[in-house]
Amino acid sequence: MTTSEDTISQQEPVAPPPRRFTLRWKSLGLLALLALVIVGWYQFDQNLPKYAEWYTYSVLKYPRPAGDPGLAAVDNCCTEPIPTEQLSQAERMGRAIAFALYQFPHVFLLLSLVVFVMGVVRSYFAPERVRALLAGRLGRFGHPLAALLGVLTPFCSCSAVPLFVGFVTAGIPLGVTFTFLTAAPLVNEVALFFLVKEFGIRIAALYAITGLSIALFAGWLIGRIRGERYVEAWVKEAAVHRLAMEPSQMVMEDRFRAGFVAWKEILGRVWLFLVIGVLIGTVVHAYVSQEHLLGALGNKQWWSVPLAVVVGVPIYSNPAGVLPVMQALLGKGVALGTVLTFLMAVIALSLPEFIILRKVLKTRLIALFALIVACGIIIVGYLFNWLITPGSWFIP
Amino acid sequence: MKIAVYGAGCAKCHKTEEIVKQALAETGTEAEVVKVTDFKEIITAGIMSTPAVAVDEVVKSTGRVPSVNEVKGWISG
Repeated sequence: MTTSEDTISQQEPVAPPPRRFTLRWKSLGLLALLALVIVGWYQFDQNLPKYAEWYTYSVLKYPRPAGDPGLAAVDNCCTEPIPTEQLSQAERMGRAIAFALYQFPHVFLLLSLVVFVMGVVRSYFAPERVRALLAGRLGRFGHPLAALLGVLTPFCSCSAVPLFVGFVTAGIPLGVTFTFLTAAPLVNEVALFFLVKEFGIRIAALYAITGLSIALFAGWLIGRIRGERYVEAWVKEAAVHRLAMEPSQMVMEDRFRAGFVAWKEILGRVWLFLVIGVLIGTVVHAYVSQEHLLGALGNKQWWSVPLAVVVGVPIYSNPAGVLPVMQALLGKGVALGTVLTFLMAVIALSLPEFIILRKVLKTRLIALFALIVACGIIIVGYLFNWLITPGSWFIP
Repeated sequence: MKIAVYGAGCAKCHKTEEIVKQALAETGTEAEVVKVTDFKEIITAGIMSTPAVAVDEVVKSTGRVPSVNEVKGWISG
């Protein structure tokens, strides 16, 4: 007679080899090379506006308007650009070309670097490993850990369902699962990196902390209202015959290879978003009147933040497509909170993801989830607009 | 020996299967290669990211295409 003990003893010979920490010169060399690339990229990126302007005005010989702060107005919240209405046709064209020449390499390199580094980092956080971490007895630490891991784990809306089912069948509480699912899109690593680079560590930290707080709150609330009732029955009944899993034995070379694979894959998927984003940003930067734009999205109108959410939700894009538009809007004097609200709405609230989640969750829970995230994003928008003003602690 | 390749028909899953077969051919190992494409079956095996490879019911890699040398290491011992 076969008992369950027999099957267990059959699997036992697979003992994981002891994990040893060995210092490998090759790993160190690779990390040093990466550090060097980052330093080189930073220097190059800082000078990119200058190169773009030099090419536009000195090589292509477009007329440069007198007293034009140029692309500095894009990078700096507090420099007033010359209004587009006062420019001639050729001057506007020059401004558009300079912006596009700056943004294409700027966004491409930034995205490449973040995607590569995250590909390496994420090779340490396979979803299966995260599940094992979260399924342990964590008590009150479950939610914060889920939020942090949500930021680090490879995750796209297409894999929301496998992740969800995997977590729930492993006995991870629904609230903790939701914290994880919310944190991933809310604190986007590309946006975070962009904020560190363009606005400094304080604003980036504020973005990360508010995003994580929303995720914690959403998860906590869904745990409190016993959201399990709204999970589709087949998920709860799914029989699990889980196989033994061998710990990964990747070395640094494998992890770097994973980074390259991620880079090839993601860039291949989002390059069109990037191109469209830069083109929209260019039109906004060179042709849209500042007066009209601030009439709709300025800080003086209370509705600018909710409007950013309403406009952002139907748009489904990658951060790579949103960044050039963000920079163009910021250059026009739109407040950072409003722009960030737009970014978060585009990335975190995506209709395709909700349709996918419908396979495992009842509509009511999805609607509630969307509502919580939308409210959270709006709060973040107002908070940023209120806290971040020229001369405040956040803008040194 | 039984090798299972998990994945619901993505390009990377085909690639993984090819690599497993190549590793078997190069080492001259006899093994049964099974493709698991059913979504629920993949999930209940505890796999959350595909392509994944299991050798004799032990999951060796998930969410990536392994290299031929890696697979050779798994099947040789």
